[in-house]
Amino acid sequence: MTVLEVQGLRRSFAGLRAVDGVSFGIDQGEVVSVIGPNGSGKTTALNLVSGVLRPDEGRVLFQGRDVTGLRPERLAEAGLSRTFQNGRVFGNLSVAENVLIGLTPTLRAARPLARWRDIPVLRWLSLLAETAVALVDPPSVRRELAEREAEVESQLDRFGDRLRPRAEAAAHTLSYANRRRTEIARALASGPALLVLDEPTAGMNPVETAEVLEQLLALKAAGQTILLVEHKIDLVMRLSDRVLVLDAGTVIASGPPDEVRNDPRVIEAYLGKRRPAVRP
Amino acid sequence: MLDTALAGLVNGSSYALLALGLSLIFGVANVINFAHASVFAVGAMSGWWFSVDLGWPLWTVLLGVMAVTGLLGLVINLVAVTPLAKAPPIAALLSTFAVSVVVDNGAQLVFGPETRRFPALLATDNLGLGGLRFGTLDVTILAVAIGLMLVLGWFLRATRYGRAIRAVAQDRDAAAQMGIPLARVQNLAFVVASVLGGVAGVLGGMYLNNISPTVGSTVGMSAFAAATLGGLGSLPGAVAGGLLLGVVEAFGVSWWGGNARTLITFAVLLLVLWVRPSGLFGKRSPLAAEPMTGTFFGAARTVRLRPWQVAVAAVAAYVVPAVALDDYTVQIGVQVVVYAILALSLTLVSGQAGQISLGQAAPLAIGAYTSALLTTGTGLDFWLSLPISGLVAAVLSVALVSPSWRLRGHYVSIATLATGLLVAAAAVNFDWLTNGPSGVSAIPPPTLFGAPVSAPLAVYFLDLTILLVVLLLVVRLRRSTLGRIWSAIREDEVAARSSGIAAAEYKSLAFGIGGFVAGIGGALFAQQYGYIDPSVFGISVSLLALTIVVLGGLNSPLGAVVGAIVLVGLPEALRMLEETRMLTYGLLLLAVVLFRPQGLMGKVAR
Ligand SMILES: Nc1ncnc2c1ncn2[C@@H]1O[C@H](COP(=O)(O)OP(=O)(O)O)[C@@H](O)[C@H]1O
Ligand SMILES: [Mg+2]
Repeated sequence: MTVLEVQGLRRSFAGLRAVDGVSFGIDQGEVVSVIGPNGSGKTTALNLVSGVLRPDEGRVLFQGRDVTGLRPERLAEAGLSRTFQNGRVFGNLSVAENVLIGLTPTLRAARPLARWRDIPVLRWLSLLAETAVALVDPPSVRRELAEREAEVESQLDRFGDRLRPRAEAAAHTLSYANRRRTEIARALASGPALLVLDEPTAGMNPVETAEVLEQLLALKAAGQTILLVEHKIDLVMRLSDRVLVLDAGTVIASGPPDEVRNDPRVIEAYLGKRRPAVRP
Repeated sequence: MLDTALAGLVNGSSYALLALGLSLIFGVANVINFAHASVFAVGAMSGWWFSVDLGWPLWTVLLGVMAVTGLLGLVINLVAVTPLAKAPPIAALLSTFAVSVVVDNGAQLVFGPETRRFPALLATDNLGLGGLRFGTLDVTILAVAIGLMLVLGWFLRATRYGRAIRAVAQDRDAAAQMGIPLARVQNLAFVVASVLGGVAGVLGGMYLNNISPTVGSTVGMSAFAAATLGGLGSLPGAVAGGLLLGVVEAFGVSWWGGNARTLITFAVLLLVLWVRPSGLFGKRSPLAAEPMTGTFFGAARTVRLRPWQVAVAAVAAYVVPAVALDDYTVQIGVQVVVYAILALSLTLVSGQAGQISLGQAAPLAIGAYTSALLTTGTGLDFWLSLPISGLVAAVLSVALVSPSWRLRGHYVSIATLATGLLVAAAAVNFDWLTNGPSGVSAIPPPTLFGAPVSAPLAVYFLDLTILLVVLLLVVRLRRSTLGRIWSAIREDEVAARSSGIAAAEYKSLAFGIGGFVAGIGGALFAQQYGYIDPSVFGISVSLLALTIVVLGGLNSPLGAVVGAIVLVGLPEALRMLEETRMLTYGLLLLAVVLFRPQGLMGKVAR
């Protein structure tokens, strides 16, 4: 089954064509990686797919549904989770709370009447019901919260003893690598149909990178569908089913990792001419 | 017709000069300089002093004023902006706001609060052209303004430092890498902007004919609207916005009278924010992500009291005034309580959800007017009017502010500021509803079990009980899932949305609940004084509320109460004068932002 289908996406910034007619699809359980030199439009493409930016042209289908131009919160609720290139954690919330936020789409008791949210004015019934529930804190909500907190624990376990001892620490006190881990845990918490990662190992040392690779391989083995932007070629080669190469906003090659690696156009445009820079 | 347009252009040229400075500073330092309005006031006041007391001719007056305000601009940058360069945008917004309060009220102490006639340095009605009458004054104002704009244009294009300013405005990081000295360029931008602002003060003073130390805040707000109308950061936009606003105001005033001026200005400002937030000429997208508060305030954990400590404090709050305090002191207590309620509404909106509101006087005023009009007009019982006041305040604040939710950071604060000023202006202008500037009087006291609640102690008990309920409400909300969702929006809206949080809806909810609480506070306020008028709900009330929560610790409900005691109770108990009090607020706010951003009741997280 196709999880994501992207058709002819375009987006310009003040005349600069950041993404210029990109199409691809991802099947259930596949890992698809996007590589390309800096500024080739990878992050913009992810932003278009995840609703952070609206495309000028083109369509995005998620699980068969047209989600083009949908707001990011709607996409998250529909099962598309993402992380950000520069790492965006909620600095003053604890690690556990960060992951708990990732579970927001799964809350039922704490967010009553959520179906009404799409209807103007009437959505206030839902918002007020949510306020009432927050004030009263009935047993159903407490039970739900306890369940979700247990879920947070198991998400943190994924990263061994990296996050567990720091579960109650404010996220802004974490090391860079741990922030990235927190972000990944937050994105995975709701059990997304598609996980979108923007350079998850940027700024990590080789040991940490290898660790992330192991975790991503485990996720893949468990059937998680992943769309990945990454600069570290070895990781991409080991993990991906297919690789897309972007240059100046267009896809210049795509296919299985080995093919792409040996494609002369790729070597010319990317590997040969401008070596991928590892960001500090 | 033509003479109205000409009057508008002449007045608008002051706006344009001020707006130019605002946009220049916004471009270079990415700061909305609230103190710029004070630069105008200082320009006008010192211009008055040079020409009247010292008897200087116009051209030396202008030079003198340029020197004074240029220096003032430098000081503003060095004191309030540069030290906070690495802090989130909210810091410089608050610090320049604080500086404006200090300068305005400092000027009031020096020059006295009264309005002065600005001398007629030039004739106002000696020329004619095809039936259009005007004066040397009009010609001079336009000539000086246009001349200065041309000089500025030349300076920015043809000189080394001018080009450096433009480079920094375009891309700060790239400019720094090119070896442009950022600090010096920023100083220069403030000086240039303030020189223009000072000249605007003299021209504006001559045009308006009379001036007072508070003249800056009205003209400043118009300039602010003009800069936003043109597109913040765009210099041609500032000129066009200023002139356009001047003309629109002139026609509005000629049709609806002088009181309509502020109503028009802020309605225009809000409309721009709703419809085209990047303004007529703006290039920058105001939609870019920009967390407003970041870790600045929050790097603090709030001091937590144990339940028994809270209980003891609550009991003491009831018992001590009853047995130990005289009526006068209890009345001060009532004021403290009402301000604490107002501040708690901001704790939710700004502390919890991270949306800095500069207009929380709006729901307070709406609540007060609703309750006052219902109880006097229809004879409705106070107890029924109370929730209605909260509801009306909530609905109106959401309706006025939520169209701005696609904006972030600075622009949300501008929208709340405009909302606050618009509501006050509406109270003046809609006399069929609000009885205009004369206000509503003879508001009956509430009754409880058939007896009127009018003795100070009874009013105090009533208000205190409501405060405790509100406090409980805020604390419970903070600890709930909803509280966590708001925190996530405050910390990083983009990441929150990508985690499935509908940020706009939750921000509206925060404003709604905050508006409800403030509206309740307003109803209590109206009943307590028995009299209200529009002047009671000016920008100083919004400022005071914000200062209270920043001082107490933006994210600490208890801090809001402590802040109210310190800022409302103490000055009243010390019988401080109005000007010294405002001056103290300003200095305190500045000091807190510079030295203890986590507030009194926050401790630094480790
Ligand atoms: N919000 C934005 N505004 C203007 N230009 C942007 C914006 N986001 C990205 N760009 C530009 O689009 C191009 C592609 O950027 P990006 O997608 O971040 O590339 P990559 O992730 O491949 O390094 C770059 O030239 C970048 O400067
Ligand atoms: Mg990128």
